[in-house]
Amino acid sequence: MDLYMLDQLFRLPFLTGLLLTVIVALLGAYLRLRGEWMAALGLPHIAAAGGVAAVSLGLPLTLGAALTTASAAAIKSLLAGSGNSAFALMLILGWGAALTLSGHLAQGEVSAEELLGGQIYFTTAAHLYAALALAVACLLSLPWLNHRLLLQRFFPDHFRANRRPAWPHELLFAALLVMAVVLATVSLGALPAFALFFVPPWVAFGLVRQWKQGLVLTVALALAAYLLAFLLAILMDQPFGPTLTLLLALMAALRWAVQRPL
Amino acid sequence: MTTGAVHNNTTATAGEVAVQPLARFDAVCAGYRKPVVGPVSFTVSAGEILGLAGANGAGKSTLLSALTGTARVFSGHIRRRDGLTVSHHRQRPEQPPELPLCGRELLELMGAVQTRYPPQIEPLLEKPLAALSGGQFQFLQAYACLASQAELVILDEPTNNLDGHAIQALSGLLSRMAPHRAVLLVSHEQRFLQQHCSRIIELPLSPA
Repeated sequence: MDLYMLDQLFRLPFLTGLLLTVIVALLGAYLRLRGEWMAALGLPHIAAAGGVAAVSLGLPLTLGAALTTASAAAIKSLLAGSGNSAFALMLILGWGAALTLSGHLAQGEVSAEELLGGQIYFTTAAHLYAALALAVACLLSLPWLNHRLLLQRFFPDHFRANRRPAWPHELLFAALLVMAVVLATVSLGALPAFALFFVPPWVAFGLVRQWKQGLVLTVALALAAYLLAFLLAILMDQPFGPTLTLLLALMAALRWAVQRPL
Repeated sequence: MTTGAVHNNTTATAGEVAVQPLARFDAVCAGYRKPVVGPVSFTVSAGEILGLAGANGAGKSTLLSALTGTARVFSGHIRRRDGLTVSHHRQRPEQPPELPLCGRELLELMGAVQTRYPPQIEPLLEKPLAALSGGQFQFLQAYACLASQAELVILDEPTNNLDGHAIQALSGLLSRMAPHRAVLLVSHEQRFLQQHCSRIIELPLSPA
């Protein structure tokens, strides 16, 4: 296979992953702001279970993942005060269901492995267009969401006390999150998606002192890990998902190595 | 109907009389799963600082939460002026341990950015919130509410954890409140209430 063929083969997955990396890391920063980082672990596993279930029913994998993730997010929103416990239960349920279902299906084992571990090279043009649409939605809505989510975090009664509805930004954030989780799970895998949601903001938040700096560094770290992982995976003929996950794990050392200025 | 005992405070610093109250409590019984306070009736008008006093468990914070909508009103009514804007300083504001925000960004959230700040606020502006002491964070939150444009400022135990200088700065802000605004102040410090409030409502302990 010559370099031109390689270029053709990898261009689409590369662009899809690149877009998703930026979106997922940014949304991960807001999950951390909201104290809901476990959502990044629970929802992708529910998406994986939904994907495997869809395959077993002869339905599109992405449709199954989207339906179960949206349902799980809706149920979580009704369970006031459940916090991260509900997301932990989603992780347990999703992992168990995905692997149990996969054991009873001809294609199931392959699907479960793809969804849990990740197989970016199987992404299609549909994934790229969906990621592009999600990126545009994030670009348009995040400036508005940013202020409201910060206000709600630091002054939790603000919206209710002023009789302003909080549901528009709650719903919009949940919709963006569900779309990002589904796309990241079917494209990158549940665990690599979690690593992208979790590690870059966790490292960035420990290193800077202002919110916008935190967001910029979050995206920069995520992109650096993604680009390096993509390159290493091809050059060393390694699976992309685990390579990305390991690089992000190594990146965590930055949090201890560099002290935030006080 | 039991109404909290009202004391007119002759040493009030902000006691201007307004025509239309910002909020009116009519025989309000409030709580969460069951009523813990009331019935209580009072009004809060522009230009005044109204104090709520009472023993621990008397339901002071619950009354404030009933006004913001986080506690349930079991009977009676709370009427608010149309379009009333409110800022609420909680009794124990949660200080996130690691979020990268500095003091100035917190003030920006509440639209509380000023050209000049009290000397006690100035050093906190560029500091990360995670690096502030509990008292500094509490003070910054109370300042954000007071310096915001909200017409009704709700302060729940704002002097908790504050040192003398911070309490003094808070006092300065309370005494310079614009006449179209009002403060509903809960504090267990009688001296602080006496110093600033035009009226103080003493809530009895609920029999329940």
